[in-house]
Amino acid sequence: MTELTKFTLSEARNALHKGDISSRELTEAHLNAMEDAKELNCFVAVTAEKAMEMADNADAMIKAGNAKGMTGIPIGMKDLYCTKGVHSQTCSHILDGFKPEYESTVSQNLWDDGAVMLGKTNMDEFAMGSSNENSYYGPVKNPWRAAGSDKDTVPGGSSGGSAAAVAADIAIATTGTDTGGSIRQPASFAGLVGLKPTYGRCSRWGMIAFASSLDQAGPLTKTVRDAAIMMESMAGYDPKDSTSINIPVPNYEAALKGDIRGLKVGVPSEYRVDGMPQEIENLWQKGIDWLKDAGAEIVDISLPHTKYALPTYYIVAPAECSSNLARYDGVKYGLRVAGSSLDDMYKKTRAAGFGDEVKRRILIGTYVLSAGYYDAYYLKAQKVRTLIANDFKAAYEKCDVILTPTAPSAAFALGDKVDDPLAMYLNDVFTVPASLAGLPGISVPAGLSAEGLPLGLQLLGQAFGEEQLLNVADVLETAAGFKHKPAKWWGDAS
Amino acid sequence: MSIDKDTVAKIANLARIEVSEKELESTVGELNNILDWVEQLSEVDTDGVEAMTSVVEASLPRREDKVTDGGYRDSVLKNAPQAEHGFFAVPKVIE
Amino acid sequence: MSRLYPGATGDWEAVIGLEIHAQVISEAKLFSGAATAFGAEPNTQVSFVCSAQPGMLPVINEECVRQAVRTGLAMGCKINLRSIFDRKNYFYADLPQGYQISQFKDPIVGEGVVTIDLEDGSTKEIGVERLHLEQDAGKSMHDQHPTMTYVDLNRSGVALMEIVSKPDMRTPEEAAAYFKKIRSIVRYAGTCDGNMEQGSMRADVNVSVRRPGEAFGTRTETKNVNSIRYVTQVVESEIRRQIDLIEDGGTVNQETRLFEVATGTTRPMRSKEEAHDYRYFPDPDLLPLEFSQEFVDQLAKEMPELADAKKERFIRDLHITPYNAAVLTAEKENADYFETLLAATVDKTGKPISELGSLVSNWITSDLFGALKKLGKSINESPVSIEHAAELLGLQLDGTISGRIAKDVFDIMLDTGNSPEAIVEEKGLKQVSDTGAIEAMIDEILAENADKVEEYRGGKDKLFGFFVGQVMKKTGGKANPQVVNQLLRPKLDG
Repeated sequence: MTELTKFTLSEARNALHKGDISSRELTEAHLNAMEDAKELNCFVAVTAEKAMEMADNADAMIKAGNAKGMTGIPIGMKDLYCTKGVHSQTCSHILDGFKPEYESTVSQNLWDDGAVMLGKTNMDEFAMGSSNENSYYGPVKNPWRAAGSDKDTVPGGSSGGSAAAVAADIAIATTGTDTGGSIRQPASFAGLVGLKPTYGRCSRWGMIAFASSLDQAGPLTKTVRDAAIMMESMAGYDPKDSTSINIPVPNYEAALKGDIRGLKVGVPSEYRVDGMPQEIENLWQKGIDWLKDAGAEIVDISLPHTKYALPTYYIVAPAECSSNLARYDGVKYGLRVAGSSLDDMYKKTRAAGFGDEVKRRILIGTYVLSAGYYDAYYLKAQKVRTLIANDFKAAYEKCDVILTPTAPSAAFALGDKVDDPLAMYLNDVFTVPASLAGLPGISVPAGLSAEGLPLGLQLLGQAFGEEQLLNVADVLETAAGFKHKPAKWWGDAS
Repeated sequence: MSIDKDTVAKIANLARIEVSEKELESTVGELNNILDWVEQLSEVDTDGVEAMTSVVEASLPRREDKVTDGGYRDSVLKNAPQAEHGFFAVPKVIE
Repeated sequence: MSRLYPGATGDWEAVIGLEIHAQVISEAKLFSGAATAFGAEPNTQVSFVCSAQPGMLPVINEECVRQAVRTGLAMGCKINLRSIFDRKNYFYADLPQGYQISQFKDPIVGEGVVTIDLEDGSTKEIGVERLHLEQDAGKSMHDQHPTMTYVDLNRSGVALMEIVSKPDMRTPEEAAAYFKKIRSIVRYAGTCDGNMEQGSMRADVNVSVRRPGEAFGTRTETKNVNSIRYVTQVVESEIRRQIDLIEDGGTVNQETRLFEVATGTTRPMRSKEEAHDYRYFPDPDLLPLEFSQEFVDQLAKEMPELADAKKERFIRDLHITPYNAAVLTAEKENADYFETLLAATVDKTGKPISELGSLVSNWITSDLFGALKKLGKSINESPVSIEHAAELLGLQLDGTISGRIAKDVFDIMLDTGNSPEAIVEEKGLKQVSDTGAIEAMIDEILAENADKVEEYRGGKDKLFGFFVGQVMKKTGGKANPQVVNQLLRPKLDG
């Protein structure tokens, strides 16, 4: 492989704009890398022909002087985005063969800016999972392995394929979606930057829904600057999404000023959870010191309802999913398993089409909404959710951004937690609270674990405070100076 | 609030997911684990707290009453497992 | 008015409530931009949103909101400035999302009262519980294929107003009168066309029986009753069935039933046998629907004239009898017909509108309604056009024909569809106003009836009518009665 796959998004953009490279060669290099990295199982559909066509169009755009930040950049789209005429199955058996007749707003925004689609990335079925082991298309292998080990680790989830693809340098960047941490946690596991913007910043139109009040699109990239460039292209008001907010999209890259002097960084005491590994604690302290050194003021804050965020999430998200996934009934698209009656067809189709975790959440969600339990579970959870959002409101009276770890551990071994749903759910302990409050969050790679696996730190911002969030993330990234890459063990040894 | 096999069977029926007798057993355990865990929310005092209806502070946008969509039956039916004479076809329903 | 139903063991009272589904008049659907027109080819008025394709999102049609508010205002209901859309979850072939977007806890319109008119001239107030907006389902066709049901989603997503009454009705007549009243209200408000044959309006009829003064009995709900006559039949047959059932020692099941036109009775609905649990919860794809009091006030200001206001105006400005005004305004189509004919008659004759109201209203309520009743037709199916009707009244007003001849001409119009002018011309029915001719005729008659003339002159005034009759007889009814009077009296008085 050439150096072309080593480019960050901003480097590639600069080289493309200067005419040093063409999108055609950049795209080809990544398609070759994809071919070489098949065993990682990052992609569930490769759109090589389309990619070359898009690359040529991008080159023409650049020649014509119409280049934008994303023009000519080869990216992977999470399988959850509907892409016209292309595999869009949210990695579920129930959407077998589904090729939408429409294009999601977020992907359309990217294509309008000249981005190039390499293919659709693997993910946990319907975005339910934290390890990418719930995909109908099999697990994704994290390019990262513990030092000296040949044991596979998970790339995190649900945007596992998206994370692994960028970490393995087979896509310059990828789209993810984040419902409870599905961008930030895999970014942490794969040594990447992962940004979940404010709820309502990106259109959800054409994103296959998991939990509508939580789902948000966002990028997984190699650097904070890359995330800023890609976010600008993805974001925007969409009249087709009633929860999309009509405020202008700023130039996020311009917000990276490198100066955070006087900024107040909140450190929530409640995130020091029981059993948190010392190395995570240490990394967090390092992050605090880095920001302090950069001139920020560190403020102790309290988010008292933090410990209730996960249980709240595991009521709200399944409730919404139980309803969102009712449309997969073998009538309009996807899988149908024959049955003796309409109901029998429904039951057989859904039994065969959904994986275990999806079924589990549908059943939980159905239960918490059912007569007699609604008040005790769903309504209660939505009230606690209000309290969690209020916690953040109160905290942002005292600080501008909040610094926490992204995940309670580094990437774990493939198969380690598949049999223990609760242990799996705990992966999202630090990411879920901001999701429930609709706030933006970003994971920045900050160091390696004792085993040599990447660890991320999370910055949380205020609603529509992405500019400030990215600026602080950029400073944190510089201070951390994370330059590690996974040692290549897949494909042709290079 | 612990749930039993009958309850799981009832929920599975509401959710239209076929669950075998064997799966029922293991599902009861899994669901109870999760439900026991979320039970901790009962500790939280939520008296007088409004349930969240939306994290977005905005009111519902409305669109104009204009026909702007539809009229592409082939696209609508394209992914259907069974479509006949312009209809979706499903196993016969007796009302 | 409370009516009791005798049973073998004593008297019973019925308690009836109606849930009326009225299709909103709008160009496009409630949450999608697909058309609502009736009678299109299957699935041609279906978008990706109303066929619940993955990733599709609802956006509300503002006209449907206005229509719901207008209807609420027309029923004198409380308008809720904040309402919530909920999902009602259940599986059915023609429900593509697996849920219906409806309003559960917080509907757009709250309580109100409508007054119904009963046949004996009395009125009764019926409480309206609420009105909410919801999506219609598609249409399942069970008779097109031996083993398949065909689904057409053209109706899927069309806006419905569900108007829920309080259980204030006690007789089939009251139920029918209420249904009729609601139909009249929505038609006046211009919010639903009330076309029952096309399914624009249908009612779910709830019936229970109890001993007078006791608590409500168990009710049954008969679905989708789509004519006023059927509502009467459903209520009658349910009252009878439930009384007989209870008196035979049975109990009424709370169940959903279907009306069978052929027998005029109801039967349990098989597909709805299992207890449903709709798991309502706020739709996370939509925000709360909020509008200002000014929005409501503006709609109130622009409201079309409703029945009661129209009735008063007819009496006040057009000098119509209160009885005629009530008859003409009970149904919007009658009032519309009256006003159109009145305007056409003004055009035809050039006479001021206030002088014509009485004549036109009398003609409609007696001549036209009498004829339509005989033909078994509605006013919209009248074989006599507005133009011809105005012509007929014009001929009468300008003295071309007498009122008596007008009735004959109308009969011929009904038979032939010819214009009244043509009929009058062809049959030579023009009124004779030629004083010379009439005078000669009078002289002739007086000569022939010298004895009667003597009697008259002797004080038998009543005989004046006899002489008029003779003149009319001689002219085949064509003599202008006024001219006859004017000429006859001096001659008789000698």
